[in-house]
Amino acid sequence: MNTNQPTEPSHPTPFLRIERLHKKFEDFVALDDVSLEVYEGEFVCFLGPSGCGKTTFLRAIAGLDIQTAGVVRQAGEDISALPPSERDFGIVFQSYALFPNLTVAKNIAFGLENQKISKPDIDKRVRELLELVNLPDQGAKYPAQLSGGEQQRVALTRALATSPGLLLLDEPLSALDAKVRTHLRHEMKALQRRLGITTIMVTHDQEEALTMADRIVVMNHGVIEQVGTPTEIYRQPDTLFVADFVGAMNQVAALLSGSNTCCCEGGGVLATRLCDLSPDAPVVATIRPEDIIPHFDAPDAENVFEARVADMEFLGSFWRLSLQNAALGEAVLTADLSINAMRRMEAQVGGMITVELPANRISVFPRAASGKTAA
Amino acid sequence: MNAGITTASAAAPLVRPKTSKDDKMMAGYMLVIGLYLIIALALPLYAMLSKSISTFYFDLNNFEFQVDRGDGWSAPASAFALNEESRVVQPQELTTSSDGRLAATVFFPDFSFRSPTRYKIRQINPDTSFLSGTQRIDDTDWHEFDSNQFRRIVLRASRSTGLDNYRTYFSTPALFRSIKNSLIISLISTLITVMLAFGFAYALTRSTMRFKGLFRIIAMAPILVPSLLPGIALVYLFGNQGMLKAFLLGESIYGPIGIVIGSVFFTFPHAMIIITTALSISDARLYEAAISLRASRWKTFWTVTIPGARYGLVSAAFVVFNLVITDFGLPKVIGGQYNMLAVDIYKQVIGQQNFEMGAVVSVVLLIPALLAFSIDRVVQKKQVAQLSARSVPFEPKPHKTFDLICLAYCVLVAVFIAGLIGVCQYAALIKFWPYNLSFSLNNYNFDVMDGGGWDSWKNSIRLAFYTAVAGTVIVFCGAYMVEKLNRFAATRSAFQFLAMMPMAIPGMVLGLAYIFFFNNPDNPLNGLYGTMGILVVCTVTHFYTVSHLTAVTALKQMDREFESVAASLKQPFHKLFSRVTVPVCLPSVLDISIYLFVNAMTTVSAVIFLYSPDTTLASVAVLNMDDAGDIAPAAAMGMMIFYSNIGARLIHLAVTRRVMRKTQAWRTRQGGGGEVG
Repeated sequence: MNTNQPTEPSHPTPFLRIERLHKKFEDFVALDDVSLEVYEGEFVCFLGPSGCGKTTFLRAIAGLDIQTAGVVRQAGEDISALPPSERDFGIVFQSYALFPNLTVAKNIAFGLENQKISKPDIDKRVRELLELVNLPDQGAKYPAQLSGGEQQRVALTRALATSPGLLLLDEPLSALDAKVRTHLRHEMKALQRRLGITTIMVTHDQEEALTMADRIVVMNHGVIEQVGTPTEIYRQPDTLFVADFVGAMNQVAALLSGSNTCCCEGGGVLATRLCDLSPDAPVVATIRPEDIIPHFDAPDAENVFEARVADMEFLGSFWRLSLQNAALGEAVLTADLSINAMRRMEAQVGGMITVELPANRISVFPRAASGKTAA
Repeated sequence: MNAGITTASAAAPLVRPKTSKDDKMMAGYMLVIGLYLIIALALPLYAMLSKSISTFYFDLNNFEFQVDRGDGWSAPASAFALNEESRVVQPQELTTSSDGRLAATVFFPDFSFRSPTRYKIRQINPDTSFLSGTQRIDDTDWHEFDSNQFRRIVLRASRSTGLDNYRTYFSTPALFRSIKNSLIISLISTLITVMLAFGFAYALTRSTMRFKGLFRIIAMAPILVPSLLPGIALVYLFGNQGMLKAFLLGESIYGPIGIVIGSVFFTFPHAMIIITTALSISDARLYEAAISLRASRWKTFWTVTIPGARYGLVSAAFVVFNLVITDFGLPKVIGGQYNMLAVDIYKQVIGQQNFEMGAVVSVVLLIPALLAFSIDRVVQKKQVAQLSARSVPFEPKPHKTFDLICLAYCVLVAVFIAGLIGVCQYAALIKFWPYNLSFSLNNYNFDVMDGGGWDSWKNSIRLAFYTAVAGTVIVFCGAYMVEKLNRFAATRSAFQFLAMMPMAIPGMVLGLAYIFFFNNPDNPLNGLYGTMGILVVCTVTHFYTVSHLTAVTALKQMDREFESVAASLKQPFHKLFSRVTVPVCLPSVLDISIYLFVNAMTTVSAVIFLYSPDTTLASVAVLNMDDAGDIAPAAAMGMMIFYSNIGARLIHLAVTRRVMRKTQAWRTRQGGGGEVG
């Protein structure tokens, strides 16, 4: 299992400490020995494909579906067995779950009632909150009269109204269209930073996770594959699953021939990063499309190949090329090349170009499914 | 990773979730409502089942006598031995009911209460008992009496368990013939009703004829009257002095013909609603495909329309079958000598006071009803699956001839329905059919007739009102617990099962079960017997299932996460319930209450065994006045029920409109904030 390094050493003790969580639904294991530490003020994203257990994990932290075994500690207190009403969190669901028959203001005030707060104070707080999320004049409207983005912000405001210690977001943006989503991403992140509230967000959208999170928890099949900052996750994936799930990744089947070389199925030899797998192990060598370097002359260096351009795709700010080389086997490499480079190379479908696959950009993973390597 | 599971789980302590205050409170409420269903449904049914397998007989071997005729005590002789000599009690007389009594003196042909003879009696084992006057003796001691005391000794029957009652039932042709009768009548009525209702629904959904709204209202009218009302109308039309008697060509309306016609009348709206729903979810794209393939109207009908509506048709068939086979009022009024199961129960219990046999017939009647119910449930589940498909609603296009045919057909059906009600109204207003046809309101002078008078009507209104209020609260809260509580899964599914059961229990069976359960002197709830309370409990239970399903459907449309949000905001569930759940579901809540009201007004079967002189009901009064030959007042009372239900419907409509305007403003998207995000 991964051990999670505190990202910022200024946090002495974690705000949320989750130890060896298990969750079973009858015979299905939804969470399998999951541990995690979250620090105060952090924005953590649970990222993974559907069914990977990320929502189960969030609901266990909220107490909505309490884990079969394992411990959850929040602010030093063991809350493992507590019902949601005795925990300290606010939550926003994908559906927002706004009360349809209550106005926006009453939705937000819902959690403030019966808390020994006077009516004028409640009104004042609701007004402040609405201003905070740029909805100052919407208090008297019903949820159905708001746009999706506005509804989302109302749900967020309702969750924040009681000033909880922990904010949980269950795919809060996935019901919105792309443009609103991008905008709200920034707005939510800014708000979170301003309030300094510890936040956990579940998402299946890697772009959302990469842009918003301080740390990302990549999950698959009920286990944590990797925990790290967005750049760590993207640049140094621990497993083939993470490498493949986050961003695009070329994969070349090969056999390990040394600690930093491997022999591709087509006979070509690739220099790679160091790895500690046993020699002759079947592996997958991986490189990101943007890491492939085009060459205009043919330098006599390692990992330089002549490749045939099988297809070209113009994507506005760059070109995406499909490249083939017999030495690399049947794999088709995708390379993202700048407009500039393309102009100089005069590449065309069916033509040949020279590319380098830099050794320090090639990570090697064992071929059988996902597993851990030292990249 | 997988290999680690077992060892890892062994290391990590299992979590026992702490129950929150909300959970406890909800569990408490559910317990209360679950207890209601157990007391109002499960226990009475159990009491009835055990009654049906109870047999009573006089165990003569258990009683021993000694006689002192002045020359000392004779040797003990059992009643059996005494009877062997005298043969006064025939073997078949030994079988009796729970109430059976046998005077001890019959074993002594020479008995005279003036003689100085002394008698001793004892029981060999304490399984039996005998009465001395009113005192019950069940020990095994010898008891000595003089002849004057001895004449008041009666032997009580002892109870044993077995299928004897069923054996008797199936060896009595007069009884088991009813099974065949009931099945035949139900099948024929089902076939006719479903075909008629299909035509009607087809015209409503597939044509562009006029007056659709009016037709729909008329077709719904039979729901507002007791099932026995068409029987009364048929008597006026085709009875011995009927207006249209000649149309029957010498056949009698009293019997199968009358029952079938009346059944078609009162089950028509039920079938019509189901089939209309099934037809209106048909996918327009299929019809467009059929047209593009140049399929004829006839072929399209058989390849698109019928398959699309088949679940609706099957479902309607089972509902109608169930309604007919369990109905009691109609065959009672118009059935004549033609015996049906539901009427047999009444005859056994009220006529012959044979409660055990009533229980047996009830169990027999339960079987087809349960069967029809369970098949219907399976079919309905399939229909739901079909509904979820994304389809485009069909919009009929004008077609002159077809529309005209539809209109003519609907007029015919509407005339049949409105006609029967109209005849009742006419009968109620005529002075003395067929001799004095002048109008008067004499027949509404209920206080001078049998049946409880105007008090019956007032009691019915009270019953309907209480049922609507109490029933709606119980049903809605129960459905909320089932739907929204996320713990105690086993309890919830048990509750759900109990809530579905009343649909399968015929009213007669429920009513009889209530007698066995509540009229038992050992039952602490015995005090409820004969009160308005038991009528309310029985009626709520009788109509529980449909109300429950309505509530569940409404609750399913609420966001699943409302409860989670409320918990995260530290707000108790009852605040969410009263501030959000109930207001949002208010239209459905009102629908449940009017459903309960109308049914409480019209029901006969469940309450016929349970009313007391203080709680006579209008629907029962119709039956009793008809029984006593006061057919015109019966028709008048039936019409009173009709008016009351129309009144209730109108009030419901007004309240719903008002409530919609006041509390459902959020449903409309008026004002509308532009896209700011």
